[in-house]
Amino acid sequence: MAKIIVDGTEVDVPAEFTLLQACEAAGVEIPRFCFHERLSIAGNCRMCLVEVKGGPPKPTASCAMAVKDLRPGPNGEPPVVLTKSPMVKKAREGVMEFLLINHPLDCPICDQGGECDLQDQAMAYGADTSRFAENKRAVEDKYIGPLVRTSMNRCIQCTRCVRFSTEVAGVADLGAIGRGEDMEITTYLEHAMRSELQGNVADLCPVGALTHKPYAFHARPWELIKTESIDVMDAVGSNIRIDTRGREVMRILPRMNEAVNEEWISDKTRYVWDGLKMQRLDRPYVRRDGRLVPATWSEAFAAIAARVKAAAPAKVGALIGDLASVEEVFALKALMDRLGSKNIDCRQDGAALDPASGRATYVFNPGIAGIEDADAILLVGTDPRHEASVLNARIRKRWRMGGLRVGVIGPQVDLTYSYEYLGAGPESLADLAGAGTFAETLRAAERPMVIVGQGALARPDGAAVLSLAAKVALAAGAVKEGWNGFAVLHTAAARVGALDVGAVPGEDGLDVAAMCAPGALDVAFLMGADEVDVAPGAFVVYLGTHGDRGAHRADVILPGAAYPEKSGLYVNTEGRVQFANRAAFPPGEAREDWAILRALSEVLKQTLPFDSLMALRALLVEAYPHLGHVDEALAADPAALSALAQKGGATDKAAFVSAVEDFYLTNPIARASAVMAECSALRLEAAAEAAE
Amino acid sequence: MLADKDRIFTNLYGLHDFGLEGALRRGNWDGTKAILEKGRDWIINEMKASGLRGRGGAGFSTGMKWSFMPKQSDGRPHYLVVNADESEPGTCKDREIMRNDPHTLIEGCLIASFAMGAHAAYIYIRGEYIFERKRLQAAIDQAYEARLIGKDNVHDYPFDLYLHHGAGAYICGEETALLESLEGKKGMPRLKPPFPANMGLYGCPTTVNNVESIAVAPTILRRGAAWFAAIGRPNNVGTKLFSLAGHVNTPCVVEEAMSIPFKELVEKHGGGIRGGWDNLLGIIPGGASCPVIPAEQCADLIMDFDGTRAVKSSFGTAGVLVMDKSTDIIKAIARISAFFKHESCGQCTPCREGTGWMWRVVNRMAEGRAQKREIDMLLEVTTQIEGHTICALGDAAAWPVQGLIRHYRHVIEERIDQYAANPHPDPVPVAAE
Repeated sequence: MAKIIVDGTEVDVPAEFTLLQACEAAGVEIPRFCFHERLSIAGNCRMCLVEVKGGPPKPTASCAMAVKDLRPGPNGEPPVVLTKSPMVKKAREGVMEFLLINHPLDCPICDQGGECDLQDQAMAYGADTSRFAENKRAVEDKYIGPLVRTSMNRCIQCTRCVRFSTEVAGVADLGAIGRGEDMEITTYLEHAMRSELQGNVADLCPVGALTHKPYAFHARPWELIKTESIDVMDAVGSNIRIDTRGREVMRILPRMNEAVNEEWISDKTRYVWDGLKMQRLDRPYVRRDGRLVPATWSEAFAAIAARVKAAAPAKVGALIGDLASVEEVFALKALMDRLGSKNIDCRQDGAALDPASGRATYVFNPGIAGIEDADAILLVGTDPRHEASVLNARIRKRWRMGGLRVGVIGPQVDLTYSYEYLGAGPESLADLAGAGTFAETLRAAERPMVIVGQGALARPDGAAVLSLAAKVALAAGAVKEGWNGFAVLHTAAARVGALDVGAVPGEDGLDVAAMCAPGALDVAFLMGADEVDVAPGAFVVYLGTHGDRGAHRADVILPGAAYPEKSGLYVNTEGRVQFANRAAFPPGEAREDWAILRALSEVLKQTLPFDSLMALRALLVEAYPHLGHVDEALAADPAALSALAQKGGATDKAAFVSAVEDFYLTNPIARASAVMAECSALRLEAAAEAAE
Repeated sequence: MLADKDRIFTNLYGLHDFGLEGALRRGNWDGTKAILEKGRDWIINEMKASGLRGRGGAGFSTGMKWSFMPKQSDGRPHYLVVNADESEPGTCKDREIMRNDPHTLIEGCLIASFAMGAHAAYIYIRGEYIFERKRLQAAIDQAYEARLIGKDNVHDYPFDLYLHHGAGAYICGEETALLESLEGKKGMPRLKPPFPANMGLYGCPTTVNNVESIAVAPTILRRGAAWFAAIGRPNNVGTKLFSLAGHVNTPCVVEEAMSIPFKELVEKHGGGIRGGWDNLLGIIPGGASCPVIPAEQCADLIMDFDGTRAVKSSFGTAGVLVMDKSTDIIKAIARISAFFKHESCGQCTPCREGTGWMWRVVNRMAEGRAQKREIDMLLEVTTQIEGHTICALGDAAAWPVQGLIRHYRHVIEERIDQYAANPHPDPVPVAAE
């Protein structure tokens, strides 16, 4: 710790703190443009200049100077920093004037207006008139992809975007060319950025040079209602803020959560909102004479009741999709129980995860933040860059700190960090249980981590692979006092929560594959399950939001609410329970899913015992108390892993493939989004180009 | 005037063989091993005692700079980097060393590296110096062949010397930008601290020295610090290469004693001012970044660090630009402003935006197309740049303009009056058909 006096207030801060951090600790605000906590220090905007007493007779950039680099006074007094002296005031005014001379007077038509750092700081620290009588610089706008819109006249060359893309996103797409006042930010050949995190550069841009293209000219920040919520595009559970105007979702922004997403979100999370307006199911439909025709709720319910009555309980089943909240799954399971059916499954992809084996066998035990403590990581059958982009950024962050070794078994793709490729399938994993250099690396590591993806589990030998992975983890010493390095990486936001409430087949119950088989079911309930094909013959009730695969197959469609339109609990891949708030309302006659199930249960004469979401939630927490610990990821008992490792089983030779085929089109909402479709097409184009 | 026996660079004009044979005849590489045997501390103390101040412009004590390097390596290698990116307009002294007397530099590199525990040294040479690069490389090859340097050499100190060709950016003459460029990155100055002596090339302790500072070291150590310190006046000692350019009758590079009066320098070596002493308008004493000194202050001007500072200019690299009364001083400074605008790296705000602003205003002033109040505004803009930037290029761009306003405000005002009295309206833009 070191003492420092900021504007007369003495504070005690760690010696490695920069002056800017020390000033903040003293409660003094320092204006800045280029400085960002999560990026390297550039020190180039010069807005954070402060005066250091006893130093050189010129202001110092506070973002780049460490407290320990300051010399104490002649008698050992703490160094003195002034942030309100005439020198500092003049320096700030000067820098602000320089930033503004070539900045266009675009504010009335600029999307950043109202949330622009330059605007705000010009008000606070700038002069009131311009002395610049020359022509302003004109810079051509660049094409950097379908997601980020550029207006390069506004750029103040802070290089935050360049630092983000090279450091966090791990792509060398953005850079600056030219020098002096001709310096320009570009993707060099004006191709689209090739990152799943590119939308974050628009958040980082302190001015309106980089803005969100899909949101361009749609709204002003002060018109928007801001709701804190949770993302469901992947199983990371990124914390988001949903901005709405009226009943429309206008945009989605990241929210800070150090344990989960820091302050980044993936492009799918951010730009999927146009999918919320397209292909929506806004009224019930019933299939008559082979065609789906609009119906009323009571007609739809009556049609269902007739078929359920006629079916034997063993011939009724329920499949749960990837976007459902825990309450809905709980309610559906309760309904199935009352109908006497044990046919329920939340594992659309057929992943061999079983809640009966213990919670430690299906969650990301070390936690996402735990990646930063790991010193060796083995990735099994997963492509985290596309399955959980933000989590991949965390691995890259750890890799950049140095001393991390990564081994990959499975798809060999660009993960934005270097790794040792160990093989394609279960055989290579079996090798790791024995000798081999990476096996030694894992054993030698203090905190080894084994990340198992759905690509390794959603296959016939999935259970054996999971057991083998647990064996490798145990052999490497990944499970010990204070550290559980066995991590299952999910791709579906609903999965862990559904496993937590036991939404898997009961004794003699049918699993996904069995339920989809011809003749297995008479009535199938699909709750947002669009990734399955139910064989002809079954009467399919689709409860969902979009006219996607499930709706096409359905005999009755019950229109539900998409994730911004309902309140609910979600459990992310770490087992962290998070609360999503409602930001908008479902369209037309669509209702919240729990309410539909409740109403349906009454028609089926199996009335569920709750009348409100609160009552449902109370029942849920009563049955599963750990779901009451919101924002916590309770540690699971690692003993389950030893039992899992014992199970064994035969593995086959097929190579692992990633669970995510097309990052941009993994769920019904994304498939309805025009922006995601464009991104997907671009990606295919780029892949085809690379193949040539 | 410097006696011939006191000259360090005895082949400055290329009259003799630049190669190893000629260098040996001139006394280079004489007793180098004996110097090394006296030890690191002796060399550094002797350099301190000699009073040699860095010849690259800032004038920091060379011996002191060498002493900042860690005494013991912490496992990281040490490096010496020689700044041969001589791009300052008006300066062309290092060029003569590298093309005509390269062995002084190579020997200096060995000794300086030894004094700092460096086993490798890099010379970063300006991109445009193609002939000089060839000559210097030839001399390095000769030194390797004669086992004067190299892994296993006659001096028993493993030492490798690499010549790196720049790509022609002025900013790469700034020491940290030079290191970035040498590492293969964009030549943009680094933030300090950490200083290169702690974290320099590839994150290792590094000293960056000017060519001349290194090239004079062997002779100083051979002849003794006392000899060097006796030349010139206190705090400004030794011999110095002066380059004389502009409106003198015989422009030249010459080695002279420090603290030579400007008048003597220009009369003896430059053949006098074109059109006689009274035709002098002013000089820029040390390369384009130094403020101009008007004629009336030149009569008694002593050419050294303190002498030029007394008239609010600076000694820089002693690349003297002489301007006679035929010079349009505003246009001349506008040209210098254009240079700095062109060479600004664009990293930090005041320099990136300010150099272009200054250049545009000075350009208008050269025509007279300005307001008188803009003179003070311009002065204020220069102070907003000066001292607010990462490196010294901002300062370097501001000083010539400050010098112009300080000494030639009346010229600017006259020009504005002239223009106002006889306005030339801007051509009316006509739409293209």
